[in-house]
Amino acid sequence: MDIVTPELGLIFWQLVIFLLVLFLLAKFAWKPILLALRDREDSIDNALRMAEQAKLEMQNLKAGNEKLLADARHERDQMLKEGQNIANQLVEKAKTDATEEANRIAQQARESIQQEKNQALAEVRNTAAQLSVDIAERLLRRELADPAAQQKLVDEYLKDVKLN
Amino acid sequence: MKRLLTLFFCLCTFAGFAAEPTEGGEKEEAFNPGEMILHHIGDSHEWHWFSTDDNHFTSYLPIIAYRPGKGLSVFSSKKLAAEPHPAREESPSRKRAAGGSHSEGPEYDGLMLREGKLMTADGSKVYDLSITKNAVALLGSAVLMLVVFTSVAAGYKKNQGRAPKGIQSFFEPIIIFIRDEIAKKSIGPKYERYMPYLLTVFFFIWFNNLLGLTPGAANLTGNIAVTATLAIITLVITLFSANKNYWAHIFATPGVPKLLLPIMVPVELIGAFLVKPVSLTIRLFANITAGHIVILSFISLIFIFRSPAVAPISLAFGLFINVLELLVAILQAYIFTLLTAMYIGGAVEEHHHDEEHALDMQTGPAGSVIPNPAAH
Repeated sequence: MDIVTPELGLIFWQLVIFLLVLFLLAKFAWKPILLALRDREDSIDNALRMAEQAKLEMQNLKAGNEKLLADARHERDQMLKEGQNIANQLVEKAKTDATEEANRIAQQARESIQQEKNQALAEVRNTAAQLSVDIAERLLRRELADPAAQQKLVDEYLKDVKLN
Repeated sequence: MKRLLTLFFCLCTFAGFAAEPTEGGEKEEAFNPGEMILHHIGDSHEWHWFSTDDNHFTSYLPIIAYRPGKGLSVFSSKKLAAEPHPAREESPSRKRAAGGSHSEGPEYDGLMLREGKLMTADGSKVYDLSITKNAVALLGSAVLMLVVFTSVAAGYKKNQGRAPKGIQSFFEPIIIFIRDEIAKKSIGPKYERYMPYLLTVFFFIWFNNLLGLTPGAANLTGNIAVTATLAIITLVITLFSANKNYWAHIFATPGVPKLLLPIMVPVELIGAFLVKPVSLTIRLFANITAGHIVILSFISLIFIFRSPAVAPISLAFGLFINVLELLVAILQAYIFTLLTAMYIGGAVEEHHHDEEHALDMQTGPAGSVIPNPAAH
């Protein structure tokens, strides 16, 4: 029954040596090992997290780029449309301006014709009046000389007038 | 010649030697396998390596004896060895070395060895603190562990931020397994404080189990003093980390009627202070010792039948058991460490009611739940 009886000496040495080993290993082996393992796991975790983040950022960037591109395209369309509008407006305006000018010139021409006509009429009226006065003068003079000749003269003048 | 044969067995764990049994078996009285085996798995004051026909190759180890009143005496165990070399003639020392019966070694300084036990000539009290074979093996394994694990630690310093290399990459998965599968799962969030002990106890048991399988080596983890000491250290750590829930569980077990407490308290106390450490002690001791006994028994068959024809069968079975022992070596280290972690886990557990457990199982993170059969 020797093997099931613990011996004092071995218990003593086991206690002393095991605790010494425990202390030394804890200090010089387990602590640095466990620390290094945790550090490495942390760094792997961090790296994975950062990769995930980078992926997300990349996606965001891509989405941003696409949005920018779409915006630019939209703006270009807008600008083209505006340009068209402005061009159309310009043509329209030119047309109306030209029409107006033409109308104005025609109006002016009409007015000046009217004026000339009025002037001419006034001149005719003046000439007719002058003539009438001349005739009347000559008539009057003739009457003083011979009535028959006078009559004859009136007739002559009237004939002249009609001829004019 | 019987003794010659039995001495020969020092090499018999080393199977190659057993294949050439000497012809001398029949000259002597019956070979006693029981004595031989017990000698091999036991401790002794000298380290017997092997013997030839003419010589013993034995290292005599220091005897350290403390006698109340007389103080400490230190001397070589050679002074107590019955008969020095050569060992040709029948000598008590050879008898003792060969299985240890009735040897009458000389007396020195009032001390003598009787059946491997240190005694005083006058029958007074003596404390034997000798560096026995197992103590030497213990020292050797301690040095081995220190060398191995400081070089592993050095690897982490050298390969900082890089992949592990060499010995470091061999031990890293094991260390991580102990941390993640044993400590984190059994102890919970406070596992870090107990990692050094768990790792040390695991590798101590594993290394010594393997060293114990080496031919000529001591059977350290198959010694009840060693396993008992480990179990007691586990018990002390458990008791010192125990929180009030643990004590409440022992002295006022929840859900137990007051009337039953006089029965329950002793049961819980026995469970915590006696059953757990004793089961740890015996499990490791018995597993390792049994393995050695089985291997030695197979080898003994050759000498019991006194026929070399048995050798191949013996060797085949011996080899099989030896390989099995390699598995048992790491398995027992794992079991001891796991149970230690579970006992500590039960002691540091924050909550201890069943309904809380059930709730936590559903909601808590996996690591926070402590599976602890020992606490219920």
